[in-house]
Amino acid sequence: MMEALLHGTIDFLKLYWAPLLCGVAVVAVLPLIVGYIVLVERKLMADMQARLGPMRVGPHGLLQPIADAVKLLIKEDIIPDNADKLVFWLAPVLSVGAALLSLAGLAIGPAFQIAQDINIGILFVVGISALGIFGIVLGGWASNSHYSLMGALRSSAQLVSYETAAGMALVSALLFTGTLNIKSIVEAQSKEGIWFVMLAPVAFFTYLVASIAETNRAPFDLPEAESELVAGYMTEFSGFRWSLYFLAEYANMIVVASVATTLFLGGWLRPFASVPWLNVLDFLPALLTVAVAAYCIVRVPKQPTRVQQSFMMAVAGLCFVVGLALVAPVVLPVAKPFYAGIHGGFWFISKVSLYIYFFMWLRFTIPRYRFDQLMRLGWHFLIPLSIINVLLVGVALIAGSYFHLQGWGLLLVTTPAAVITLVAALLILAVDKERDARHDPNAASDFYAG
Amino acid sequence: MGPQHPSTHGVLRVKLKLDGERVIGSECIIGYLHRGVEKIAENRTYQQFAPYVDRMDYVAAVSSGLGYCEAVEKLLLVEAPPRARVIRTILTELQRIASHLLWLGTHALDIGALTPLFYCFREREEILKIFEKYCGARLTTHAFRIGGLQYEAYDTFEKDVERFCKDFESRIAEYETLLTNNRIWIGRTRGVGILTAADAIAFGVTGPVLRASGVKWDIRKAAPYAAYDQYKFEIPVGTTGDTYDRYLVRMEEMRQSRLICLQAIENIPSGPILGKVGKVLKPPPGEVYHAIEAPKGEIGYYIVSDGTVMPYRVHIRPPSFINLQAFDRMVRGHLVADVVAIIGTIDIVLGEVDR
Amino acid sequence: MLDKILFYFFAAVAVASAVLMVTRRNVIHSAIFLITALLATAGIFLQLRAEFLFIVQIILYVGGIMVLFVFVIMLVNLDVALQQIQFARQKWVALLVALALAGQVGLMFWSSGKMPGQGLPVLTAAVASNLPPNSETVAHSLFDAYLLPFEIASVLLLVAMIGAVVMAKKRT
Repeated sequence: MMEALLHGTIDFLKLYWAPLLCGVAVVAVLPLIVGYIVLVERKLMADMQARLGPMRVGPHGLLQPIADAVKLLIKEDIIPDNADKLVFWLAPVLSVGAALLSLAGLAIGPAFQIAQDINIGILFVVGISALGIFGIVLGGWASNSHYSLMGALRSSAQLVSYETAAGMALVSALLFTGTLNIKSIVEAQSKEGIWFVMLAPVAFFTYLVASIAETNRAPFDLPEAESELVAGYMTEFSGFRWSLYFLAEYANMIVVASVATTLFLGGWLRPFASVPWLNVLDFLPALLTVAVAAYCIVRVPKQPTRVQQSFMMAVAGLCFVVGLALVAPVVLPVAKPFYAGIHGGFWFISKVSLYIYFFMWLRFTIPRYRFDQLMRLGWHFLIPLSIINVLLVGVALIAGSYFHLQGWGLLLVTTPAAVITLVAALLILAVDKERDARHDPNAASDFYAG
Repeated sequence: MGPQHPSTHGVLRVKLKLDGERVIGSECIIGYLHRGVEKIAENRTYQQFAPYVDRMDYVAAVSSGLGYCEAVEKLLLVEAPPRARVIRTILTELQRIASHLLWLGTHALDIGALTPLFYCFREREEILKIFEKYCGARLTTHAFRIGGLQYEAYDTFEKDVERFCKDFESRIAEYETLLTNNRIWIGRTRGVGILTAADAIAFGVTGPVLRASGVKWDIRKAAPYAAYDQYKFEIPVGTTGDTYDRYLVRMEEMRQSRLICLQAIENIPSGPILGKVGKVLKPPPGEVYHAIEAPKGEIGYYIVSDGTVMPYRVHIRPPSFINLQAFDRMVRGHLVADVVAIIGTIDIVLGEVDR
Repeated sequence: MLDKILFYFFAAVAVASAVLMVTRRNVIHSAIFLITALLATAGIFLQLRAEFLFIVQIILYVGGIMVLFVFVIMLVNLDVALQQIQFARQKWVALLVALALAGQVGLMFWSSGKMPGQGLPVLTAAVASNLPPNSETVAHSLFDAYLLPFEIASVLLLVAMIGAVVMAKKRT
């Protein structure tokens, strides 16, 4: 029996050592990455608000995430008196677990999957990240306060509503590929030579809005920010438990950004990947990093202290080394096999970063939606829009295959489809506004019904 | 919503009666910041009491000071000299802009827009720097004296004010870009907290809240004080009396204040800055009620003098206190999420409400 | 070997969750154990190379139906419910039915005279690498052979949704 168990474990390790290693790496490194994403967000927020952001801890505040992590870890773990201990422990775990598990289905490069090349790739990622809803609902329940519970239910109602719209938007893009496999999706974009964002722009826009709501980010963060008015679901969680929720939120952001990148923005493909005479774009990553290095070097004399000067020089050196690593697969034949991995990784990460930057930009710029306005937007606008979009994209594809259109030619059929969808969207908005105006504002309304 | 709450702009306690999500009744419980200012006034001389009025509306101390000084000057039957009146006007209008900037920043923050707060404070910083150069204080300025001014305008005063006003036009445009035509902002503020003109007059509401409800009443035009009759400016009036209208009215008021400042600094008359008042102020027995248009509404001072150096009775009519009465009318039928927006839009300062 | 271990693991989790689910006092605990039981079942689906079924089980059952269950549990006033003794009289009937079912299954195995799994019709395991992608297979059959039942099911769901919305609207 024990021998069999041992054999089984060795078999397992022999087969799956790479995904296991990847998984451990992700779980170990992700908190650090998330910490630095938070730092970037704070610095961006500060920049847009005419101030500096964290500057004290480490040069330019670069050690801030570590300080925050240490602080959260050494905080006292307070459990409310009547809270359900099992559920209180389980809720953040579920949130984080779902977020990290859905990361497993993604692929950063053609040979660079985090776990396995799952056949149902996109569906897996979307489905598992839906499990995170339980983390929120159970968290609100465990807090044993009526208002926490209401906040949690509200948040999960929001997530469930926008999940449908997000799914429909993904379906519109999946119509072009015919498969759920992540590698095949990116290969389809490479084959067609055109990113799906051009072929299905309305779907991209819908997914963008829905993913902001899915991750509870502004302007859809009323359930979170409602801790102004009423306790949000995270209130009773302090210290490390709270940091787990936080981690889950940012990991979710990475997941939705990765899904959008894979499906709409061409995954790890270089812009114009199938156009050979634009191969010069291969030098773009290296040029960008070397430009950053040059900028750092230019700024070195302007730094006030020695420490900051040497730090800037170190950053410049690092960027330069990265630039070298990026240019090597293009010029050196010995490094050519690494081209897909290194450049794929660069393009994927920069697209994901762009998407997340857009999330952050929206957060600092626009005010928040009230909960009933949020639900109305989801149910009355986004879901009809995405359904109409699926319909029209399907029709466009049939027309395209009838005329044997391919690649950029598909734009001929998809652009009219997108235009008709936009017209339909405006009609929906107009009808909704009229119905809203006729609606008696003092009548009781049920928010969960949208 | 308890006294300690980030969005009630001070220690205000609001009891809400809810039906599900809708507010069907409310009660404001105030008094957490009551310091007995009016009673203190009976034991201070007129000059000694002047710094106390700053501490009521600590966001717009200059206006409160102006109201008090002018009220006592009325009692004493003296007038501040022309130069003092013009400089008073400039400083009060700058204070109006500063108060509205604070209002805008905090109101936007309550509704969820994180960024306007920092932009508004950047401009407010410039104004506070001018105040600091003028009288040494940023917040509780005690800028005016009974009979005029104590400090002469410093050397670069006109240049500073002019530079600020020139920059300010583009800044207001910045705030407008962020908010005025923003769908979400309009969605959160249009139709929220409607106060009809009849209700506004019945409650005695004054200031931008009254004007947004459609009543064109501004004491600077109706009963001009300081140097307001010399300058050309408009009174912005709203139509529906909802939060969006109040926002537009205050934005336009900032523009008009800027225009007043620009007109004023072109021609500051020379001359003395303090009228003929003695060291010891003993106004003849009598009473006076003098009101001015503070940024938040009509601030009135009712002073009864019995001929001694200390007033017999000082009663202050604070705009925020009277405006807060309309809160119940404005909040009924709205959702809990709107309550914070409505508190913000009345623009209250608890120091003034409680005195 | 690995297959066996995984199967027994999932099976154990499923059985243990089921037992725990029906024996907990706290309704939320029961719901959580139902979730784990469903997840374990999904794991077994995955082992059978039915990956589409696995993910659909998670999305629909766990992510949809269980969320609904949990919503209802939280919105209903549970204090009153917890104080009532729930279904105590049906305990014995349930036990009886379970025993009868177990007896039937046992009889089935015993009458075949062989160990579990040997006398029953056994499908030959398909070679994993030759299997067409699961989602495509399901999709083809849904839209080819079983189109009518699919459409009827959709109409049924639509009717249910409309009915729910109509019933939930408050009468003004």
